[in-house]
Amino acid sequence: MNSAVKVNNVYKSFKKGKTEVKALQEISFEVNKGELFGLIGPDGAGKTTLFRILTTLMLANKGEAWVDGFEVVSQYKEIRKRVGYMPGRFSLYQDLTVEENLSFFATLFNTSLQENYDLIKSIYQQIEPFKKRRAGALSGGMKQKLALSCALIHRPTVLFLDEPTTGVDAVSRKEFWELLHQLQAHGITIIVSTPYMDEASLCDRVALMQESRIMEINSPKGITENFKKPLWSVRSADMYKLMLDLRSGDVVDTCYPFGQYHHVVFKKDPHTVEEAKQAIATISAKDLEVQRIPATIEDCFMELMRK
Amino acid sequence: MRALRILLEKEFKQVFRDPAILRIIFMMPIVQLLVMPLAADYEVKNIKLCVVDFDRSSYSQKLVNKITATKYFRSVDYTDSYEKALTYVEKDEADLVLQIPSSFEKQLVKEDRATVFMALNAINGVKANLGGAYLRTIIGDFNEEVRLEWLQLPRLSPQPTIQVSAINWFNPLMNYQVFMVPGILVILVTMVGAFLSALNIVKEKEIGTIEQINVTPIRKYQFILGKLIPFWVLGLIILTIGLIISWAVYGIVPAGNVFTIYIFAAVYLLAVLGMGLLVSTFANTQQQAMLLSFFLMMIFILLGGLYTSIDSMPGWAQTFTKFNPVSYFIEVMRMVVLKGSGLYDIRNHLFIVFAFAVVLNSFAVWNYRKRS
Repeated sequence: MNSAVKVNNVYKSFKKGKTEVKALQEISFEVNKGELFGLIGPDGAGKTTLFRILTTLMLANKGEAWVDGFEVVSQYKEIRKRVGYMPGRFSLYQDLTVEENLSFFATLFNTSLQENYDLIKSIYQQIEPFKKRRAGALSGGMKQKLALSCALIHRPTVLFLDEPTTGVDAVSRKEFWELLHQLQAHGITIIVSTPYMDEASLCDRVALMQESRIMEINSPKGITENFKKPLWSVRSADMYKLMLDLRSGDVVDTCYPFGQYHHVVFKKDPHTVEEAKQAIATISAKDLEVQRIPATIEDCFMELMRK
Repeated sequence: MRALRILLEKEFKQVFRDPAILRIIFMMPIVQLLVMPLAADYEVKNIKLCVVDFDRSSYSQKLVNKITATKYFRSVDYTDSYEKALTYVEKDEADLVLQIPSSFEKQLVKEDRATVFMALNAINGVKANLGGAYLRTIIGDFNEEVRLEWLQLPRLSPQPTIQVSAINWFNPLMNYQVFMVPGILVILVTMVGAFLSALNIVKEKEIGTIEQINVTPIRKYQFILGKLIPFWVLGLIILTIGLIISWAVYGIVPAGNVFTIYIFAAVYLLAVLGMGLLVSTFANTQQQAMLLSFFLMMIFILLGGLYTSIDSMPGWAQTFTKFNPVSYFIEVMRMVVLKGSGLYDIRNHLFIVFAFAVVLNSFAVWNYRKRS
């Protein structure tokens, strides 16, 4: 079997009083061995639920899934031996020290820190100076490194990371992704979820999730290439007024704010910057700037959400 | 085995690193055992008495003196207006009004009989009841004295009388502490066993560490044993501290063998730990566990025979106490401490509590799932 994770038509819903809340619908995908696979989607898309099903913490209502060739319901014991799971919330023992947490989880997995030291070395070295400190007293970035070390302590074949970079500063985020690429070199399949679209391009392949469904699965490049319409970025002195004006006119198809620019798709594509400027000339805007740009994952996400 | 050992190691480390928990575990029994038995006294003292004396004779004086001379009654006022006395009752300044009619002495001397009137403030039922009873006894005594004064009683009573003299077995001085301390000790052991363990497991749920444990290959029984054993040990430590305090402070030495208590406690703790485990499988937050525990604790204490005798409860409540493990331990404690019962005497209790342990633990283990 070539795929590290295979999910087939998984459905999960929760009962909240009398209403049924659908968390996952018709989820199917495959992750190849050694791949860095991203689940990209906003909060509430169903990413955590999917992780909990794959790590055997939750049972799906319908559908089936395999992790490392083992079925998640009947062979959960095998899966628990060989997956690493890092939940979105820091959930190690705050009152145990760094070292104690590590050796605790190592023992539960019937291994030891020494045995797999080479795997976590590069991560653990960064927190080793604080190994006598209680986990609760670590900084956010350190806690995350400790959690990752604990998830890796038994040399898992598949690693599940639930929003590992949420609430982490930009530098640590960059470092963290570098770590993930290093781990990939050890042959570990990594499945990572994130609400940040910019991190999608760091994955080998991504699944875009929205409201309990997967909208598209492709490589980051494939996804942006699928964005067929020419995209323009527009800015002026009063960005909010500009957006309202663009949206109210009938020249522009879509307009979304992206930081300092608005990303705009015209109904009738202008071929040059001049033409584009003319198309929106009716809008009185100061310091108008128009530029042709390539699509990002986020543009594709917005486009998919419209469908 | 290695997994279980590290689980236990972790649990003890956590307990000893949490100064608040540690303080609660060790200070709670000490404070409770030092304060509660002294306060939880069934004897009613300092009953506030208001005397309305319409007679103002030497006999009425004598009677009042005799009453207020005891430690049970404290005179609030000596008046001749019933209305005034009632206002004392209304203001809760008096519990009891004794009214002596104007012809008290006259009737007593002339007709050899007199009536007095007693009004009780029944808001505090226990006080009213006991106060009334004490007062009646004192008046009875007074009656006897008056008769003795007047006439030499014949050697043989003209009417046959039965005099009752009683002896209190196992607790000859009717010392309430001997009775209360073992009971309170049971409550303490129960609290540590059932509720600290429940809170501990729910805490793991709340901070999410249980998820991290659940994705590891450890077995359900290992996890549960890892939780039960530390609190089993702590429970026995509390029991030891408690027994030492009751010996050092109250001079209570169990009449029976201390090991009988320990053997029973060991089984009993299994039962209450099962209960704690059960609570933890139902509660998702520490608050829920706390409220559930509090609810159970109230029932256990009030229907456990600690403060009120089970024998005087209505039939349905007596049936209910049969399902209250606390009541068995309280009974066993009193049997061993006061009566010196041995293992053979408590075999039924032991068996029933063991059954509790089996049922509660099985239910809890069945209800504890690694995944939802």
